[in-house]
Amino acid sequence: MNRVIVRKLAANVARLRVQHEFFCTDAAARVSGSNRSHEHEEKHDFSNNIQQYDIAIVGGGMVGMALACSLASMPLTKHLKVAIIDSNPALGSKVCFKKEDPPDPRVSTVTPATISLFKDVGAWQYIERHRHAYFDKMQVWDYTGLGYTSYNARDINKEILGCVVENKVLHGSLLSCIENKDFQKTIYPSRLTSMTLHPRSSPMGMDSTSSRTPSSSLRHLAKLELTDGNSLYAKLVVGADGGKSRVRELAGFKTTGWNYSQNAVICTVEHTDGNQCAWQRFLPAGPIALLPMGDNFSNIVWTMNPKESMDRKSMSEDDFVKDVNNALDYGYGPRPKSSLLGNEDMFSWLRGYVTLSANECFEVPPKVVKLASERMVFPLSLMHANDYASKHVVLIGDAAHTVHPLAGQGVNLGFGDAFALSRVIAEGIAVGTDIGEVSLLKKYEAERKLANITMMAILDGFQKAYSVDFGPLNILRAAALHGAHYISPLKRSIISYASGEQRLPLFS
Amino acid sequence: MASKLLSHSHLRVIYSSNTRICSNPTRATRALLNLRPFSDSSSPPPLEMPQSHNNTINDTGMGRGSTPSLSSLKELELVKFASIAETWWDSEGPFKPLHVMNPTRLAFIRSTLCRHFGKDPNSARPFEGLKIVDVGCGGGILSEPLARMGATVTGVDAVEKNIKIARLHADLDQVTSTIEYCCTTAETLVEEERKFDAVIALEVIEHVADPAEFCKSLAALAVPDGAAVISTINRSMKSYATAIVAAEYLLRWLPRGTHEWSSFLTPEELVLILQRANISVREMAGFVYNPLTGRWSLSDDISVNFIAFGTENSKYENK
Ligand SMILES: Cc1cc2nc3c(=O)[nH]c(=O)nc-3n(C[C@H](O)[C@H](O)[C@H](O)COP(=O)(O)OP(=O)(O)OC[C@H]3O[C@@H](n4cnc5c(N)ncnc54)[C@H](O)[C@@H]3O)c2cc1C
Ligand SMILES: C[S@@+](CC[C@H](N)C(=O)[O-])C[C@H]1O[C@@H](n2cnc3c(N)ncnc32)[C@H](O)[C@@H]1O
Repeated sequence: MNRVIVRKLAANVARLRVQHEFFCTDAAARVSGSNRSHEHEEKHDFSNNIQQYDIAIVGGGMVGMALACSLASMPLTKHLKVAIIDSNPALGSKVCFKKEDPPDPRVSTVTPATISLFKDVGAWQYIERHRHAYFDKMQVWDYTGLGYTSYNARDINKEILGCVVENKVLHGSLLSCIENKDFQKTIYPSRLTSMTLHPRSSPMGMDSTSSRTPSSSLRHLAKLELTDGNSLYAKLVVGADGGKSRVRELAGFKTTGWNYSQNAVICTVEHTDGNQCAWQRFLPAGPIALLPMGDNFSNIVWTMNPKESMDRKSMSEDDFVKDVNNALDYGYGPRPKSSLLGNEDMFSWLRGYVTLSANECFEVPPKVVKLASERMVFPLSLMHANDYASKHVVLIGDAAHTVHPLAGQGVNLGFGDAFALSRVIAEGIAVGTDIGEVSLLKKYEAERKLANITMMAILDGFQKAYSVDFGPLNILRAAALHGAHYISPLKRSIISYASGEQRLPLFS
Repeated sequence: MASKLLSHSHLRVIYSSNTRICSNPTRATRALLNLRPFSDSSSPPPLEMPQSHNNTINDTGMGRGSTPSLSSLKELELVKFASIAETWWDSEGPFKPLHVMNPTRLAFIRSTLCRHFGKDPNSARPFEGLKIVDVGCGGGILSEPLARMGATVTGVDAVEKNIKIARLHADLDQVTSTIEYCCTTAETLVEEERKFDAVIALEVIEHVADPAEFCKSLAALAVPDGAAVISTINRSMKSYATAIVAAEYLLRWLPRGTHEWSSFLTPEELVLILQRANISVREMAGFVYNPLTGRWSLSDDISVNFIAFGTENSKYENK
């Protein structure tokens, strides 16, 4: 079952079969000893050490692993020979999570759509064995005290709005899921340095550092060279190598985007009691989010300017906790009252649509009593690749787009990409299409570009609206928040879009 | 009989050297018109006929185990062929309509053949173990996916150039390099007593001299209870307007008489001549083109392009 080969040396000789026993809770390390592993290994040694794959996934982060997992779970794609290239040790070594450890500050809010995709491929069961925190309520307000809104899963007839999971748990679950599938994958613990996409167009013999010119069937493949001297060939190269994607660069895809000149400070914090709600408060410099993490823990994602972020990273723990509580409650301005400008009648024309949660009062988020992890700082930027696909290459996840972490959509868009791509590949295989063919890959691009650009525009709009501090604008945006609280049909579409249901508020 | 079909006057192979034909591809009819040409656009007009009968047979050496013959070719020749192959295989080139249509017609073939032969539709290679002949394979646009789906494929075409292009392109991928390509005709294969589980001829029947005889050859190539899949263009006013009037008379891209509109078959006629050839049509579907998405889909509208699946039934007849 577990057929994992980790390539260590350039010589293609020394090869380690690593048994991924990702979670301590899993049964004690199994010994594979399966003959199939052997067969598989032998196949790799064919003709002159040329490593040939159907798909090479560059970047085994959350999104790259989601693609591998999805390919492994579908009848039409599980036979594919897949190489995963990433020097991240999490892919090769045995990692153990203890439930008692405080949660890692790097977390993701996964949407119900992502959860159902994980369930489809059989990965969610591994998440459920570890720390994860569902939430069914979300309160958004701002420092002016002029408005607030709370979202409730009930408003859209759902059980939950989302689930907060540590990135390492998401990543590890996907790994475990693949381990337990009958899937031929080879992990190269290395990094991509160069890529030759159309070797045929260069005069023959050009790329023959080897003694032999590649046989004609290799000339149809993309050639990848790695930092450890290994090289391999693939019909399709998937760039899942994050925001600074080397694949994107080597394939020559242009990007559009900008830096926000904002940083996010992230950390884990502790309360005296449990937290079941996602909180977000807009401050003059950017939003602060408090996400439930299970037990008495929460995660903080706090956006601010770069200088402030450095100060807040280095200040004493006590001062930082004080700052956080300030930012989450009375700092910068008063708590909102439940009515806007003292006159609810402004929305009287919408009365008919008042939802349940509109009747709920403003709540004060739970106090933070302790910092429970290191503080980490990340710069924020918005970037979108103008193309996701060309012959033999395709981009997924942050390699194709990075967004403001505001609504916790980043990795959800990436998961959407990964699952869409594997479905398109399966559809292509069903009718005998070459999986590197551009017409096939463009189907994936067309499908995902619309979804991603829409979400990016919404998030960018939000971030713009909240990053300026002009008096009158504050009232307007408070009105918008307040309005959103009451205007149910619109609010419903906002939540359902933010929770990953693909229907656009504009088009529905 | 074979020679009759191969003689110049009978082989209605149409060449359009003109890419202007696709300069306004917004209409489905244009796209259909684009189905007609099957030489590369760089070759000079008009009729480039297949080699003489003897030649075509000798050329089957390009088939199985082609690597030795390839290596005997000069580098320069390889490069030249490769550039031509790009045109047959250029999904944005003159053969775009065939490329765009391919997934749709393959979906039809997949579903009908899987059902008929009891193959697992969830398999990545459902046609494993099936011998399929692709008659009029052109550059191999259909043969290659069939091979990827697991079939043992023989592709035949009367035009030697097409076969060379097909061979060259198939050799780029290990899976498709197993395809056997021969410059020959269905009739010759019959004479050679070749048999296949499935006989496929897409967009070919409208170009042959005698469709009824052609269908008999197809039937003769199928094993008892084997399958046949045929697609063609309907004899509708639309096709008349585009393929005949526009291309041959108004624009003079094609020599007059290249297309004989009357030789297009209606679905009823096709069913009838297949019936006479002992092939019972079991399923038929139309292709409709959506100009907005640029995609084809299967539908029950068979007024323009249609595809039929039938089974060989001589064994029941002969009882
Ligand atoms: C502060 C912050 C908070 C966030 N919060 C959320 C949130 O709450 N919810 C949410 O959904 N998203 C969030 N995001 C976004 C989310 O983290 C990313 O969208 C997600 O990590 C993207 O995953 P990925 O697999 O595409 O890329 P990455 O996670 O960046 O993985 C890329 C992988 O590629 C490898 N790699 C890179 N270059 C090479 C190379 N040349 N060769 C081989 N391998 C290579 C790397 O080692 C890495 O493993 C947040 C982001 C930030 C910065
Ligand atoms: C429109 S193309 C279709 C190509 C291919 N079947 C496809 O659909 O992708 C028609 C092909 O049939 C070939 N052809 C025409 N008459 C033929 C005949 N009598 N025998 C074999 N091939 C023939 C032509 O050379 C041409 O390549």
